[in-house]
Amino acid sequence: MAARDEILAALRRNAPAGPPHPALDGVAAAFPDLLAQFAQAVAAVGGTCLRVPDLAAADAALRALPIHAGARRVVSLVAGVGGATVDAAAVQDPHALADLDLSVLRADLAVAENGACWIEGPSLPHHALAVIPEHVAVVVDAAAVVPDLHAAYAALDLPGRPRWGLFLSGPSKTADIEQSLVIGAHGARSATVLLIG
Amino acid sequence: MAARQAHNRGVMPTVALFVPCYVDQLYPQVAVATLRLLERHGCRVVFPPEQTCCGQPMANAGQAADAAPLARAFLDTFAGYDHVVAPSGSCVAMVRHQYPGLAPDHPALQQVRASTYELCEYLHDVLGVRRVEGRFAAKVGLHRSCHGQRELRLASGSERQVPPFDKVKTLLSTLEGITLVEPSRTDECCGFGGTFAATEEAVSCLMGKDRLDDHARAGAEVITGVDMSCLMHLDGLARRERRPVRILHVAEVLLGEAA
Amino acid sequence: MSAPSDAAVAAGAGAPPPVHHPGGRQAGPYPGHPAAAARFTADVARAHWHDESLWFVRVKRDRAAAQLPAWERLRELAEQIKAHALANLAGYLEEFERNATARGATVHWARDAADHNRIVHELLSARGVTRVVKSKSMLTEECGLNPYLEARGVEVVDTDLGERIVQFRGEPPSHIVLPAIHIKKEEIGALFHEKLGTAAGASDPKYLTEAARGHLREKFLAAQAGITGVNFAVADTGAVVVCTNEGNADMGTALPPLHIACMGLEKLVPRAEDLGVFLRLLARSATGQPVTTYSTHFLGPKPGGELHLVLVDNGRSALLARDPFRRALSCIRCGACMNTCPVFRRSGGYSYGTTVPGPIGSVLGPAQGPGAHATLPFASTLCGSCADVCPVRIDLHHQLLAWRRELVAGGHAPAGKTLALRVTAWIFASPWRFAAAGRLARAALRLLPRGLVARLSGAWGRQRELPAPPAESFRDLYRRTHGRP
Ligand code: SF4
Repeated sequence: MAARDEILAALRRNAPAGPPHPALDGVAAAFPDLLAQFAQAVAAVGGTCLRVPDLAAADAALRALPIHAGARRVVSLVAGVGGATVDAAAVQDPHALADLDLSVLRADLAVAENGACWIEGPSLPHHALAVIPEHVAVVVDAAAVVPDLHAAYAALDLPGRPRWGLFLSGPSKTADIEQSLVIGAHGARSATVLLIG
Repeated sequence: MAARQAHNRGVMPTVALFVPCYVDQLYPQVAVATLRLLERHGCRVVFPPEQTCCGQPMANAGQAADAAPLARAFLDTFAGYDHVVAPSGSCVAMVRHQYPGLAPDHPALQQVRASTYELCEYLHDVLGVRRVEGRFAAKVGLHRSCHGQRELRLASGSERQVPPFDKVKTLLSTLEGITLVEPSRTDECCGFGGTFAATEEAVSCLMGKDRLDDHARAGAEVITGVDMSCLMHLDGLARRERRPVRILHVAEVLLGEAA
Repeated sequence: MSAPSDAAVAAGAGAPPPVHHPGGRQAGPYPGHPAAAARFTADVARAHWHDESLWFVRVKRDRAAAQLPAWERLRELAEQIKAHALANLAGYLEEFERNATARGATVHWARDAADHNRIVHELLSARGVTRVVKSKSMLTEECGLNPYLEARGVEVVDTDLGERIVQFRGEPPSHIVLPAIHIKKEEIGALFHEKLGTAAGASDPKYLTEAARGHLREKFLAAQAGITGVNFAVADTGAVVVCTNEGNADMGTALPPLHIACMGLEKLVPRAEDLGVFLRLLARSATGQPVTTYSTHFLGPKPGGELHLVLVDNGRSALLARDPFRRALSCIRCGACMNTCPVFRRSGGYSYGTTVPGPIGSVLGPAQGPGAHATLPFASTLCGSCADVCPVRIDLHHQLLAWRRELVAGGHAPAGKTLALRVTAWIFASPWRFAAAGRLARAALRLLPRGLVARLSGAWGRQRELPAPPAESFRDLYRRTHGRP
């Protein structure tokens, strides 16, 4: 604890005067068509956004995709969508998910400006499900789309949230070799958002 | 000593011409063009002979103690004039932004800071010039010198997301016969940078050549700008490589083709 | 390998002997920025290639920024939030510690790099960990964590593709966001051929990335612990946020039970809502993306796992006392100042000799000890583009100027240059001396042979002509035509 106290004392001793915490106004994004903007943002980050009326249509749309046709090991956390072949709740060790082909996840919230979907702990047993499969599909309600991250954090109430959560925006990617964009670095090679309603 | 102020309302102001030290010695034609341009726009122009250097080379090298006496001398020399105008963005930036640190107690500090302008800024903002009479029939590339660009905000700049404006370009564009061409990087530094030009010669020269190439690709026959120091560097590089481009200060271009 | 002392490890003694790669880090002591930059620019084609690569990122940043009408307002808010957080850092850190602890994380405090490395190593060795995967963290670079752990028998695999590439080469990152920006794809192809057995001569980024994916997937599955950096820590929740595009921080922490997150003290923001401001700015500034692919919020350990947060001072509390340099603590490590810097783009990251290079590195470097970094604040034209792209509005070029004053006052500037400018100032102090010296110099320029003048004018004249000197100065001409006013 000596280090802790020394550091805090030094920070107090050296603290400059500072401004108050500013009001975060004048920054909200506004879009004429929130859902169209969201779909466009998902496409811009390398994902695919499919607009479907209900879960049954989502299931059908997903099954029609090549990523589903080739998928043998599928986890679905959205009942009736994707046809799960692996019961994630029965998996103890996330290493067992290593050869997962597809996971179907649920997002509580999505952001029109950047195509990000909020996926969090209680909705899935393993953090790995968001990143380890070859392909990921995210089911989100149209009513859960907010314009920007300010609205997202206001809706999330992060202090009340459990363990972990992430904004997922598109498939895994890298441009570390000569700035050439390559989709599918470590995580999912594709990200499909099924926008319901 | 001549009056430092215009006494009657409605009379054009008295402008004290500040000629940067190296312009005085190496580019007198730039000072002459500035003087003529101001007179053409109705100013009464005087050249206070006590002036030497604003102290920028020393200040930018971190030698505040060497720059401070020059700052004080500048304030003594230019105190009380309606306006002080210089054909240099970096010298004006020096007065405006660095003098408070170098001569904080000088009685003329605030008055001189508030009345000192870069030439194009003066024409555009103070005299409200929107049309420059004259003819300059050439393809001209504007080099946007950094201090004018980012310390004086002569233009909105490529980095900031603000409504676009460009005071120097606005003035140049009204000349008869002129074709303004834009390099692909509209406001990248030329690499002069004062003592940087010597201490970091390799990077400095590469930066300068890259600007010349960019302007050449845009088709510029003439490169102009508000700071003769940047232009001296570009001109030095261009002449060494015998590049077919003329380098002129913006005052010379605004004055129109020499008779 | 025997375990060297901490100090020796920090000095890089544990690292493998450096190999020279084209455009790579040079062996031997750091020669200062001008010499290191001259070496990099000597290969003009390569310097231009490096410049264009980074300019491309700068242009993407411009486009992304232009999409947000509130861009400049966001920058102002980010600046103010950071200034507020830094002024109240002790209190916010205590709040953060309380909240993170309540959520089951363990908070550790490190005074310096040695503390940090020891804490991390103890956590690993107590659990018998010998295989670690690490996502990008400039802090662990700053602390020299990799060589420290390697010297103690722990395999540390950097999992960011760019970092893995430079790790294979035995180099540090040359850029904080684009660690391998200085390496060509053909060179990466040759490297991967040697290290990963890819086809000889292959240089397709997609193919090479796929090979790295397979290689690193094995490392992820085998790892016993994941180390990450931290982009933001949030006082009112105890959360830490880690942003990546590749998903390597998520892969590295989702599989093994132990997650160690290492962060500088300055990463703290007061409230969760502040994240909205910073996440909108960060990726746009860094790469021109609207947000990183994975913006992961760790709010406690996973079930059955452990989350350890290592809070590192290492000079930050001291920097907080220094006006104006404390503003550098607001940096969110987006790299935009590097991408826009016309010097960095042409001189390369290694020309700075610091963990964090570029404009922000030239402000942070001298704070760690001016001697070794005395050339950095002068490695700039003070063009100011860095300050205008910085998402937290650090007045970087003014900070560089302030450093110049400090270095000159402390006797760390080259004596010859200082003296020359002092003499010049003395000449300028008198209009008479100025006019006389000017006349003399112009006469010399006119009368001496051109070759000799070029030689005498030294660094100016090697690649540049001097101005053609006029017969008469403006002041002489004015006196002749106007008389004394
Ligand atoms: S100083 Fe500003 S621009 Fe540079 S890395 Fe830090 S936040 Fe980004």
